[in-house]
Amino acid sequence: MKITREDVLRVADLAYLDLSESELETYRNQIDEILEYIGKLNELDTANVEPMAQVLTDDQTADATLREDVVVPCQVVASEILRQAPDPEPPYFRVPKVIER
Amino acid sequence: MAANWTIDGVREALASKKISARELAGDYYKRIAARNPGLNAYLTLSQDRAFAQADRVDALVASGKPLPALAGVPIAVKDVISTRGVRTTCGSKILENYIPPYDATAVERLEAAGAVILGKTNCDEFAMGSSNENSAYGPVRNPEAPDRVPGGSSGGSAAAVAAGLAVASLGTDTGGSIRQPGALCGIPAMMPSYGRVSRYGLIAFASSLDRIGPFATNVRDVATVLGIIAGRDVNDSTSTTAPVPNYASEAEKPVKGLRIGIPKEYFGEGMDPEVRKKVEAGIEVLRKLGCEIREIRMPHTDYAIAVYYIIATAEASSNLARYDGVRYGLRVEGDSLLSMYRKTRGAGFGAEVKRRIVLGTYVLSAGYYDAYYLKGQKVRSLIAQDFRDAFAKVDAIVTPTSPVPAFRLGERTADPLEMYLADIYTVTGSLAGVPGISVPCGKIGGKLPVGLQIFGPPFGEGRVLQLAHAFENAGGATL
Repeated sequence: MKITREDVLRVADLAYLDLSESELETYRNQIDEILEYIGKLNELDTANVEPMAQVLTDDQTADATLREDVVVPCQVVASEILRQAPDPEPPYFRVPKVIER
Repeated sequence: MAANWTIDGVREALASKKISARELAGDYYKRIAARNPGLNAYLTLSQDRAFAQADRVDALVASGKPLPALAGVPIAVKDVISTRGVRTTCGSKILENYIPPYDATAVERLEAAGAVILGKTNCDEFAMGSSNENSAYGPVRNPEAPDRVPGGSSGGSAAAVAAGLAVASLGTDTGGSIRQPGALCGIPAMMPSYGRVSRYGLIAFASSLDRIGPFATNVRDVATVLGIIAGRDVNDSTSTTAPVPNYASEAEKPVKGLRIGIPKEYFGEGMDPEVRKKVEAGIEVLRKLGCEIREIRMPHTDYAIAVYYIIATAEASSNLARYDGVRYGLRVEGDSLLSMYRKTRGAGFGAEVKRRIVLGTYVLSAGYYDAYYLKGQKVRSLIAQDFRDAFAKVDAIVTPTSPVPAFRLGERTADPLEMYLADIYTVTGSLAGVPGISVPCGKIGGKLPVGLQIFGPPFGEGRVLQLAHAFENAGGATL
């Protein structure tokens, strides 16, 4: 067994994700099986292999075409963005109280 | 129902005034009204926007000015691609009422070329799935076999074109999500190179893998749509400045003498024997066209699924952190900020998304990062090297797209790992960043479509389309 119930709880906590009791157990079993499968990567010796951190090679990346750092006005209207918020108070997004007095 | 239109057909009919763009859009909405209740391919229709665009095209026709490449062409867009003013759900309850305030670059370019956006197509939630059964809005049915899945995650985009409810569509491909549904629905479907098409406005799943690409009824139309959406965009720093060739004319080039690599590793166990027969017959078609067929080795193929489900879930766990009930989407109230986050995400995400967030967070977490995420990135290098080695010897690589044809709804939902293994032939190219197409390669029992996958070197879309087009012209679809 690779993953325990406590592991799933810890990870769900890191991801700010409420899971029900039955989800916890289901995910523990399924992720255990997936991690078992992923374990096959250990068959490969990668001691001298560089990790692939990006897809494009240096000459393909836009680094070759870095733009000037100039201010360009945003085309999107702030009120349209705020309209999508569950609890807007223009020009702010409102959240539950964070600081206790 | 009348046959689906092609892009050339639309252009000729508009230019000769046989039909107006408004009439054509109206015709497609009638088709959708008739068939979509059974198929569930579209989630949202954008009639106002479509008819306004059709009227602009009709005014252009009336003025006698030259028509842009996609003038009046009815196109569907996967619901993970942002459309200003048109609801975009990602197949998720967490974005049930989300209306983007801007367009994705790909959408903007389609409309600038005259395309008429009919609506948004169903998909697996946040593009996570291989059957479209992970949509919060119900599965899509395969137009060729309604008791079966259309594939995923771009199942709605594939089904819409296959059923004649759009001339072309946009999907997204992270591990096979364009090519596999293209194969299962029997239409050509292309994943361009990483960096070829701007991802601006594509709601992110796994940023080092996500790509936008087209579905159409024929390879030439795939080439035309790709040519419109491809190219550098200042809003996506990973979109490259590589020049965009005329893909439609690239597709016409002869294929005689091209060297085709057949990787032995893609023909092992797990493949349906009927799929194997069709794909082997497809390879014979390429041989008869004068291609040189060579067996090659890609020794790290067998590790691709394991790598993919580390990298993709890790990136997803990070990208999906933005759904926090503050700026957009669902909010479930809690007695503190953190409890609001937890409840919102717990209630808003479906089972597969939560599973991937948990797995992705785990492989990135302290103590496991090196063993999983870093190891995955290293093996990803080896897989990309397999492709570089292959393209030193051959011009293209040909494989099956999917080990199985369309399966029955519900048949594979119980075991996520089994579902993941369905992506075995597609995830390799996703990890390597190369372009790939799935092109129809006959139907099993005259009913269930099989796809032939063609990979090209990075930015070798022209080569891929050239082979796919020759294969199609040689009758590959009716094998």
